[in-house]
Amino acid sequence: MQSSSLVKQDAIVVKHAKYSPVREFWRAFKKQKAALVASIFIVLLIVIAFVGPYIVPYDPFEPDYNAILQTPSAKHLAGTDEYGRDIFSRLIVGSKISLTVSFSAVFLGLILGTILGLISGYFGGWIDKIIMRTCDVLFSFPDLLLAIAIVAILGPGINNVIIAVMVFSIPSFARLVRGATLNAKENVYVEAAKSMGASHVRIMYKHIFPETISELIIFVTMRVGTAILAASSLSFLGLGASPEMPEWGVMLSSGRDYLGTATHVVLMPGIAIFLTVLAFNLIGDGLRDVLDPKIKNN
Amino acid sequence: MLKYIVKRIVEMIPILIVVSILTFLFIHLIPGDPARLVAGKDATLEEVENVRKSLGLDKPIIMQYFSYMKNLVSGELGTSLTTGLPVIDMFKTRFMPSIYLTFLSMFWATILGLLIGIFSAINKNKWPDYLGMVTAVSGISLPGFWLGLILIQIFSVTFGILPTGGLNGFSSYILPSITLGAGIMSMIARFTRSSMLETMQSDYIRTGRAKGLKERTVIVQHALRNSLISVVTVAGLQFGFLLGGSVVVETVFSFPGMGRLLIDSISFRDYPVIQSALLLFAFEFILVNLIVDILYTKLNPKIQLQS
Repeated sequence: MQSSSLVKQDAIVVKHAKYSPVREFWRAFKKQKAALVASIFIVLLIVIAFVGPYIVPYDPFEPDYNAILQTPSAKHLAGTDEYGRDIFSRLIVGSKISLTVSFSAVFLGLILGTILGLISGYFGGWIDKIIMRTCDVLFSFPDLLLAIAIVAILGPGINNVIIAVMVFSIPSFARLVRGATLNAKENVYVEAAKSMGASHVRIMYKHIFPETISELIIFVTMRVGTAILAASSLSFLGLGASPEMPEWGVMLSSGRDYLGTATHVVLMPGIAIFLTVLAFNLIGDGLRDVLDPKIKNN
Repeated sequence: MLKYIVKRIVEMIPILIVVSILTFLFIHLIPGDPARLVAGKDATLEEVENVRKSLGLDKPIIMQYFSYMKNLVSGELGTSLTTGLPVIDMFKTRFMPSIYLTFLSMFWATILGLLIGIFSAINKNKWPDYLGMVTAVSGISLPGFWLGLILIQIFSVTFGILPTGGLNGFSSYILPSITLGAGIMSMIARFTRSSMLETMQSDYIRTGRAKGLKERTVIVQHALRNSLISVVTVAGLQFGFLLGGSVVVETVFSFPGMGRLLIDSISFRDYPVIQSALLLFAFEFILVNLIVDILYTKLNPKIQLQS
């Protein structure tokens, strides 16, 4: 009898040992149905983006003048464009461009913004003032206009779009991380690390940065959606990808002349952008509900 | 209150100066010789030198900035390279249509956003709430240029009831303003909902209900009034989104506003126009943020007390 209760206790201990924040997060996130479906969509999209170019049914660049502006059919799932190119194949190849541009722009913005935010919040004083006033200046241009200005200076092109979207993301990340840093640096363990002689870099990296992660995860997810919209807007305006590239914004821009005769040329890339941005926004909403302490407490 | 406004205006000055330095440097940041850029690719060496002298590009950069600022203050924004007209004259015809479009978009987006937000909040976790929030999250995710093209297809091409673009009376504003306002409406709806839900958990709402006030009075007089404070801030801060969005929307609808002018100038490399348009957009944005800040302070008694 006694041994069986010991076994039970061991089982409880084992059960508790398996408990982890990741497991808790997953259990809460699974309840966010919309976010879960959106996550599956994004995972599939990422897989398609990287595998798709090798398995697309048609060459996305090869014109077929016998199949111009065909409506969607079993042969061409999303129809064909003004050069007879298969829109479905172009959308798949375009997904890689859109995801690469938005992920790299947001990732670079995240790294630079986080470093600046940590330095600004941790050291305070004149460093903080300089960094925050610079952010204020960048904030005085609306996001898309700042991106347009940067592309106007650097010239059109997909790499310059990445730089432009990155630059307008930096101040938002910096502000967010600075706020979280100001809170985190008041903690006793930061004081303890300082008194034990830990270097500033170590304190910022090991003790303060982890405190900002949950807020950053939510913000990054939302920001990827914004970046996709901004990058496709720039391409639509003729400031991004070159006209022959199967980038979603470019496809929409070149298809607008055929709006009256072949609506699908405009409809398909628009749906692709909409669903992708929607998925990132839904994931962001779900993550916020799970990770944001203010919402959790409510 | 007056002291706070003055303080905020004084704080704005250094930002305005830095913004003006950035737009001044714009032409110098573009790779290549600014005089050559302005004179054009096919210009002779002599023509390039003439441009350099006439624009004062041969003087030290600090002197160039001061003369740029002097001209700016006197309303002299240079001459367009494509039309040969003074930039200020081009702005005169383009500025107001953009302002009307922006305000019209803001107006309907705020009203509809508030209504959807309130309706969702009072029907929390019921189908009107789900419908409202699906509409809102979709509105945020819609690419403006795509929505514009779809609206043109439906209302202009299929039904022929609204113009496809250009500017010819009030009807020309309808589709662009729907396109431009959709995103803001969604943000306001989401924010109103969460702000209302938060307010409705407050003690004074419970007290209101306990003392037997009508539900409508509790919602309109107490919950909404307090939620409005933060909604105003969000709506105001989204003004920048409208300014950026107007560039895309004006291009879709060939609307003769400031945004379209900026994009056309970029494609024609009309640098004096780009430079001044960017400056104007930034000034407009800073000014709106200041007004929102003051309005927020005026609406929120807590801040008034602190200041």
